[in-house]
Amino acid sequence: MKLVIERREISSALLRFSAPIASIAVALFVAGFLLLASGVSPLAAYKEIIIESLGSLYGLSETLVKTTPLIFAGLGVSLAFRMQIWNIGAEGQIYVGAMGATWVALFSGIQNHWLMMTAMFFAAFFCGGLWAGVAGFLRARWRVNEVIVTLLMNYIAILWVDYLIYGPWKDPKGFNFPLTAQFGDAARLAEYFNTRMHSGFFLALFCALLLYLFIERTVWGYEIKVIGSNQKAAQYAGMNTGIAIFFVLFLSGAIAGLAGFSEVAGLQHRLQHGLSPGYGYTAIIIAWLAKRSAIGVVIVSFLMGVLLVGGDSLQLLWQLPVAFVYAFQGLILFFLLASDFFIIYRVKRVKGIAHA
Amino acid sequence: MLEILLDATVRAGTPILFATLGAIINERAGIINLGIEGLMLIGALAGFSGTYLSGSLLVGVLAAFCATFAAGSIHAFITVQLRGNQIVSGLALTMFGIGITALFGKEMVGQTIVGFKRLAIPGFSQIPIIGRAFFNQDLLIYFSFLLVFLIWFFFYRTRWGLGVRSVGENPAAADTCGFSVSKYRFLAVSTGSGLVGIGGAYLSLASTPMWIENMSAGRGWIAVALVIFAGWSSPKAMLGAYLFGGITAMQLRFQAMGTTVSAHILQMLPYFFTILVLVISTLRLQKGASQQPEGLGLPYDREDRK
Repeated sequence: MKLVIERREISSALLRFSAPIASIAVALFVAGFLLLASGVSPLAAYKEIIIESLGSLYGLSETLVKTTPLIFAGLGVSLAFRMQIWNIGAEGQIYVGAMGATWVALFSGIQNHWLMMTAMFFAAFFCGGLWAGVAGFLRARWRVNEVIVTLLMNYIAILWVDYLIYGPWKDPKGFNFPLTAQFGDAARLAEYFNTRMHSGFFLALFCALLLYLFIERTVWGYEIKVIGSNQKAAQYAGMNTGIAIFFVLFLSGAIAGLAGFSEVAGLQHRLQHGLSPGYGYTAIIIAWLAKRSAIGVVIVSFLMGVLLVGGDSLQLLWQLPVAFVYAFQGLILFFLLASDFFIIYRVKRVKGIAHA
Repeated sequence: MLEILLDATVRAGTPILFATLGAIINERAGIINLGIEGLMLIGALAGFSGTYLSGSLLVGVLAAFCATFAAGSIHAFITVQLRGNQIVSGLALTMFGIGITALFGKEMVGQTIVGFKRLAIPGFSQIPIIGRAFFNQDLLIYFSFLLVFLIWFFFYRTRWGLGVRSVGENPAAADTCGFSVSKYRFLAVSTGSGLVGIGGAYLSLASTPMWIENMSAGRGWIAVALVIFAGWSSPKAMLGAYLFGGITAMQLRFQAMGTTVSAHILQMLPYFFTILVLVISTLRLQKGASQQPEGLGLPYDREDRK
């Protein structure tokens, strides 16, 4: 008896829909062994994650707080994915976006709330966009690998923000902690129900809707899709792929930069060290799991929000490092890639000698 | 002064050298591995734990090799057997590596071991300027010199090396010639990953003999960029790695001298230079005949053969 791999003629919709769910389930199962190995009962841990993140109104609000930056960053990364461009630099774009918004909040002197919000919004948008735009330019002009450039720029962005908050922007009344002064009331987004939830969440949903319309209902969105599926055909049809690559990376970084805006304006009200605990990296998984759909990004961001809130409580209860969530996310991706194989191929048992 | 700087250059460049060599073996076989950063961390932790538990540095290095060989096999299985997306799988490996080392490294934080000691080669170590940097180092550094030669020899003087190169250049042709594409690719990815792990172990066994969470600090990504700089050749990888060792050494030197420039700005330099070097080497690559393996990044399916 022998195993033979053959390609499926059609991959069923059911299979395609259930594969991501199955891969998360298997990842949970395998992560259980990691938890066991570090002396934590997996069932207790998973129960804790669900109760902490969804079991109360407060928990749910915390989950939405974490979901907000993930939606922005996930949308940004998935937009680039649409064109087969890899934006691995969402983390850095969040930092420079937050930096732009902070600059406006602290030094522009604007008093009017709406004017302030608009200025901070666009500052974050352009800072994030230009940051990714560097990689976009290098890729479009000289075909420099955008994966490495966007990634290395994360380190530069985080160090740059560190430089500012340890140096020129440090709060003089902050007891030497690495953070800026708190924003005034004009530079804060509205908060709801006495929780930390803020209007950035609705802004993120609105952004998802806009991006969906942009991709599905405009000529530019169409071009992005065409270039993503066949660059040569797109060039032949007269599309300027160079400009499109720059533009998409710019927009991708700009949207990720908005996560920085919503974090400083809605939640942290200052620029501080570690303002994003890796939202930009989680965004890559979100974009891959969501299979490029804007609505998918919202749903998966919520799932990851659950995981992050749960991860925080595991840290408090069992002193598990926060980075444990990364191991789990890596596992999800591994199993997702494996499940893709079973969508395209099937493994058949053949009796006797196979002529393959 | 120059002598000290050169010595610091070699010591700072060695972990990057191991990682770049490992990445070259991966990419020569046609598989992009973006998991280098995670593999370095796994190697660093496995190396440290191995030495801490056994008291032997050799056991630590072997543990680092075996652990990253195993972790690299995950990437190999997904990209070679399952033909999965190489970029996503590599990123997954990096995340997995960061997470799992944070989880299992908790016990090792704050523990101490006796790291690798310098071993002067009589005579040679007295050579002015370069003697100290190249002939008064620890065993792992001597091993890295040997490895640069061995990898060159392997690729250009052995049948197996030819096999690795051909499955990377043109897997369909290699398959026709009777080389097993999946076997060569799988072993190249896992063995290459093992070497990356030794680079990680250098960090925790020689550079600073302790375990710190996330101690590779982006060196894995620098290595990924250096592969392009090196044009997929091991002797040039050595040059590239020491270039970055030099920048790191100078940055530390500046800090020690107490310049007014912020430490954060100085720490940006290696990343900034990596991007610069990447741009320059990409431009150079397009001018001349490209040394990039033709089949890099493409999964091989026999049924697609034309």
